[in-house]
Amino acid sequence: MKNRELVIVGGGPAGMAAALAARAAGVEDVLLLERDQHLGGILNQCIHPGFGLHHFKEELTGPEYADRFVRLVKEDHKIEVSLRSFAVKLTTDREISFLRPGALEEVKARAVILATGCRERTREMIPIPGSRPAGIYPAGLAQKMVNMEGWIPGKEAVIVGSGDIGLIMARRMALEGVSVKAVVEIQKTSRGLVRNVGQCLEDFGIPLYFQHRISAIHGSGRVEKVDVVRVDDECKDIPGSGFEITCDTVLVSVGLIPENELLEMAGAELDRRTNTPVAEGVNLTSLPGVFACGNACKVYDLADSVTRDSELAGKMAAQYLLGGRAA
Amino acid sequence: MTRTMTCIECPQGCQLTVEAQGARVISVAGQKCKCGDKYARQEIEAPLRTLTTSVLTRGLELKMLPVRSSKPIPKEKLFEAMDAVKRIVVTSPVKAGTVVAPDFLGLGADLVACRALNKL
Ligand SMILES: Cc1cc2nc3c(=O)[nH]c(=O)nc-3n(C[C@H](O)[C@H](O)[C@H](O)COP(=O)(O)OP(=O)(O)OC[C@H]3O[C@@H](n4cnc5c(N)ncnc54)[C@H](O)[C@@H]3O)c2cc1C
Repeated sequence: MKNRELVIVGGGPAGMAAALAARAAGVEDVLLLERDQHLGGILNQCIHPGFGLHHFKEELTGPEYADRFVRLVKEDHKIEVSLRSFAVKLTTDREISFLRPGALEEVKARAVILATGCRERTREMIPIPGSRPAGIYPAGLAQKMVNMEGWIPGKEAVIVGSGDIGLIMARRMALEGVSVKAVVEIQKTSRGLVRNVGQCLEDFGIPLYFQHRISAIHGSGRVEKVDVVRVDDECKDIPGSGFEITCDTVLVSVGLIPENELLEMAGAELDRRTNTPVAEGVNLTSLPGVFACGNACKVYDLADSVTRDSELAGKMAAQYLLGGRAA
Repeated sequence: MTRTMTCIECPQGCQLTVEAQGARVISVAGQKCKCGDKYARQEIEAPLRTLTTSVLTRGLELKMLPVRSSKPIPKEKLFEAMDAVKRIVVTSPVKAGTVVAPDFLGLGADLVACRALNKL
């Protein structure tokens, strides 16, 4: 088993910022593991503008924001980037196993930073009754299909949830010629940015139904229609308020959940509800020498804040490794 | 006529109250920075949006390349721009900032790559 100073799992904005900051603070050996074939994480599919206003003082798209860090990471020869490398195991004493094409590697790290991001909550995590036809997608998955594969999921869509991912996908689908019939939100307000309500929905005349929910999805084989009902302040259905919307596609945008299986395997304490590490402060976990940053630590709205806090995580790891010698 | 609008220049999303006579803006209130005033005036006169989308590639690492317009374009041209983008296929390696299609609408805006893509 090879010994390494710092191993970072996840090559999104969090992992890249942590790697660069650890190097700047004097760590001489960094291994960055990323399961995808590219660095950048979720930013690769967030092709809309809205990134970098804080960090770079200009508005960038997700890929442009990622590109600036990718260049810096690639220039630094003391950061070894290992792509297509899926970390599958972490132990309490910081042994990491990862799969890469054709091999299972094992390394022992003196410090570990987990920057594994989030995955999407699915329809199964919020109850929507009805049949199980094709045409129902988590909105982030649809985002990846449309933006990275050029594959448009349907012709008429209804979006569940008015967080930023839902709003941004409403605009994206509309631009691609899909008829976006409604965004349905159970709360009284949107969790997304107000400007996204304006530029994503109003620009395209997409109706937003607050205090409404999808009470059923119908269709044999493919989605054919959804039932929508108005709810009161206690989120209870208001009798007689129901109506139907015909559509062939439903995008479910109901939030993100941190991916922390590795931490759990290593025996760290996790908050069962949020799936975030339980610790004394931001970027820490209950295990010494194991740090967490970015969306794995808590769900962030802005990549700029991920960068800021993850730089701190890199510094913290450096301090742990170098003690008083950290720059 | 008084109109309210949400400024889209940054994530703060200031609520603006705009007093206008036709396309002539008399006053703008509610902005936390100078961008708000500029945005409201532009929005009343001729709304502009930056187009971001992705275009097909051939022989490159990823199937699609994310692109943007080098400057905002008239909002009513967005769909025309999407039609133009659909006719483009990128076959040579690019860096972030590489112009993929110069002046692609005849409006002075280029279509620009948002990331690097190498040959497959
Ligand atoms: C749809 C959407 C729209 C957004 N819009 C904006 C916006 O407009 N402006 C803004 O500032 N922010 C926006 N954000 C938020 C911002 O993009 C995220 O907060 C940020 O990208 C999180 O970075 P991260 O590095 O923590 O996670 P990610 O970007 O998800 O990166 C995690 C990386 O870890 C890798 N990984 C996970 N597990 C393993 C493993 N076991 N082994 C190896 N690799 C692994 C993944 O492949 C991934 O590359 C948006 C987010 C989404 C989802």
